[in-house]
Amino acid sequence: MDPQRKRQVRLVVALSVAVLLSVALIYTSFTASTQAKEPTELLTAAPGTSYEMTGRVVPDSVERQGSGISFEVEDRDGEGRSLPVTYTGTVPDPFRGGREIILTGAMQGGTFVGEPDTLVTKCPSKFTTKDDG
Amino acid sequence: MASLGSVLLAGAFLAAVVAAAFALIGRAGDRRWLDRSRRTVYLFFALLTACVAIVEVAFVTDDFSFHLVQQHSSIETPSFYKFAAMWSSQEGSLLLWAWVLSIAASAALYATRNRLREVLPWATAVMMGIGAFFTGLMLFAPDVNPFATLSPVPADGVGLNPLLQHPSMMIHPPMLYSGYVATTIPFAFAIGALVSRRLNAEWIRSTRRFALIGWAFLGLGLLLGARWSYTELGWGGYWAWDPVENAALMPWLLNTAFLHSIMVQEKRGMLKVWNVCLVVGTFSLALLGTFLVRSGVLQSIHAFGDSTVGPYILGLIAVVMIGSAALIVSRLDDLRSEKRIDSLISREAVFLVNNLLLVGLTAIVFWGTFFPLISELFTGEKASLAAPWFDRYTTPLAILLVLFTGIGPLLAWRRVSWASAKRIFVVPLAAAAVVAVALLLFTDAAESLWALALFVFAAFALVGLGQEFWKGAAARQRLSGGSFLGALVAVVSRNRRRYGGYIVHAGIAVLLIGIAASSSFQTNRDVTLRPGESAVVGGRTVTYLRPTVAVDAQKLTFGGDVRVEEDGKQTALLHPSRDYFRPTGMGLGTIGSFFAGEATSEVGLDAGFTADFWTAMQPNLTAVQRRVRAADKGFAACVRGEPGTPEECKAVAALMRAAAADPRLEATALEQISRLQDATARRIARTYLADDAPATFRVIVDPLVTWMWVGGLIALAGALIALWPGRGRRRGSPVRTEADALKEAKYREIRDAELDHAAGKLSDEDYAILDAELRKEAVEILDEVKSG
Repeated sequence: MDPQRKRQVRLVVALSVAVLLSVALIYTSFTASTQAKEPTELLTAAPGTSYEMTGRVVPDSVERQGSGISFEVEDRDGEGRSLPVTYTGTVPDPFRGGREIILTGAMQGGTFVGEPDTLVTKCPSKFTTKDDG
Repeated sequence: MASLGSVLLAGAFLAAVVAAAFALIGRAGDRRWLDRSRRTVYLFFALLTACVAIVEVAFVTDDFSFHLVQQHSSIETPSFYKFAAMWSSQEGSLLLWAWVLSIAASAALYATRNRLREVLPWATAVMMGIGAFFTGLMLFAPDVNPFATLSPVPADGVGLNPLLQHPSMMIHPPMLYSGYVATTIPFAFAIGALVSRRLNAEWIRSTRRFALIGWAFLGLGLLLGARWSYTELGWGGYWAWDPVENAALMPWLLNTAFLHSIMVQEKRGMLKVWNVCLVVGTFSLALLGTFLVRSGVLQSIHAFGDSTVGPYILGLIAVVMIGSAALIVSRLDDLRSEKRIDSLISREAVFLVNNLLLVGLTAIVFWGTFFPLISELFTGEKASLAAPWFDRYTTPLAILLVLFTGIGPLLAWRRVSWASAKRIFVVPLAAAAVVAVALLLFTDAAESLWALALFVFAAFALVGLGQEFWKGAAARQRLSGGSFLGALVAVVSRNRRRYGGYIVHAGIAVLLIGIAASSSFQTNRDVTLRPGESAVVGGRTVTYLRPTVAVDAQKLTFGGDVRVEEDGKQTALLHPSRDYFRPTGMGLGTIGSFFAGEATSEVGLDAGFTADFWTAMQPNLTAVQRRVRAADKGFAACVRGEPGTPEECKAVAALMRAAAADPRLEATALEQISRLQDATARRIARTYLADDAPATFRVIVDPLVTWMWVGGLIALAGALIALWPGRGRRRGSPVRTEADALKEAKYREIRDAELDHAAGKLSDEDYAILDAELRKEAVEILDEVKSG
């Protein structure tokens, strides 16, 4: 094979690999992703489906229950009804009432049951816009 | 002081604009205008240094008339954190960005003051354009002026978040910023080279150091962030594919690719389009990292306020990307490769593969990070991707990368004959085979095939790199005698770039071994124990011996003594605990406010060469909190003058009555009460010891995780060796011109080939051909110098 042709073949092979990989990437990302929802949307969501919930913990709602905790979350804008949540597992340091959290889980009988070790709490204090001090 | 700061900041903005203007006036290469422009850049640096100094003095002297100081510091904040509190704020971090840029720009212009006369004007204009952008942002955008003042001046500040009060958290942001900012320099010079059509390797030679410095800083920043997460955050992980982590990882990956591919351009005149694309990509991603932290676009553990500067930075990214793309397209003719790849078994071919892997990794991380936005665009629903998705794609690529980390250094430039390839590869391949068999026979590594592959490839790479050092030293010893160790030191110190790079490779291989082992073979359990009870986790017996309590003015600490035993022998006595901080700046608090404030975990860690034993504790404080609530009720009654619980209640009630009559007594009364509350808090906290309360322990046995930190440090040491100035630049040596630099680079290539030949990497025939080629090229350069 002359070098010119050889280079073309290589290019085609490399491009096809890249295309295949990106198709796989795109396909799996749509199937493997978890939908993000706010607490008020989850109140009416189908039980059993896994969602990523983002919301704000209602102050003074956190209670210890056996090895886990229960609390309530509301939408980040603070409107609408709040959603009861139970969670078992280690709680990140910054977690407390008033904080924004991200938690993966599913609805079970009107309560959002979080999967262990999926609770993420946003770090406070860095780059907040409003002066709430 | 604040008004002086504002004036200086405005001066810095003007200096940036003027420096850019002077540079553009001198764009034809006019020496005088370029000198003026460079001096104005130094002025830009001096003015920003003064701004930073003013802010720091305000922090250290508790000048709460500065809005910035009031929001991020307080009288009780420890001095060290006062000093570092500047960059925990939005405006302070922007000031830091601009200041680091002024340092880097001044250094770059000083280093190139006698060279690159066509490229410099445009490069200066780009650097100062970006400098003007960031200083202008602080001056004109709402809410981000570091010199904003408060009137009347508050008595105390809000204080710094306790979670951030950790030494590595204080060094982490400046490291990341320095890493981001350093990428500006290669970018600016690339744009300069494109505009002036001076697209040989000279702009690369002049800015390679900055790219490497940026790489090292960003790497150190990532490592510190991981370490902080591991030891401070109480969940025991070091990486979570969080958007902000990814935002710092992406420019680092692209910068790694850039550092490799520029060598191909330097030595072979190839990959020119690729290199300018990489440098534009790296800089855009660095800006994107700066932007993401401030935008609120993505959900992340790092709080992003929906800040005011996000849209401006996004605008800058758009300008950078569109402008650069247009410029590259218009210069495609000048960017043609001078040569083609001779052979697929050559170092440049391996570099090409490694570049594809690194760019592929970056693309995967980018897609995953921005997937919430992509999915919202296509499906209307925000959806996100979790760690398993990232792991699935990045793992195979990282494993291949380790393999090439080993192959690259073994191959010579241009071509390697089969015979010499076989000779070079036999030892590393044999070592990899031995390691594979040993792992299969003696460990459980076969449970995770990915990890097994990584271990074997890493063994191949490490032995191959060791062989490089050994052969280089042996060749040196043959030539000049002396001890083997002396020869090793000599050969490394004479070829710092090469051997520094090899050390980085070894460090990355060790680091990836640590990541693979700790993520594939980790034991992770939550156990709830009462004092005296034990549990077995990962073959170790964990006993909760007794609870502990400590109290100080800032916090209540509930902890536990934990004994760890392996095979009946005690291996560690750990003391995990949880601190509850009283929020500051709230005036008269309650005891319960301790539990409404921040809580942080102090991890119990027994680090070891083979495995870390890690534990964090979550005390059950139900009983304590009940007592606290009762005590607070008593106090409240007391202050109202009703019969309350503490014995001193009568005195307090009397004081409060007196204060009602005479306002001057109020301060004394409040102080008295808070002292009483403190004493009560202490007493109640101590009752925890008698509660026999259960505590939940998260216990992790993490194999080889220490290798990760050690590997990272080895890689950084390697980068430092590669950066260390060579002896080529003696003081007082004649002015270095572009032609000198070209000549020197070619001589270095000839020496490199010699070394490769002596070390057995190049066969005699290959060396003869290569040497002749290089000498011919050197003569061409010398001719050019004479005629020019």
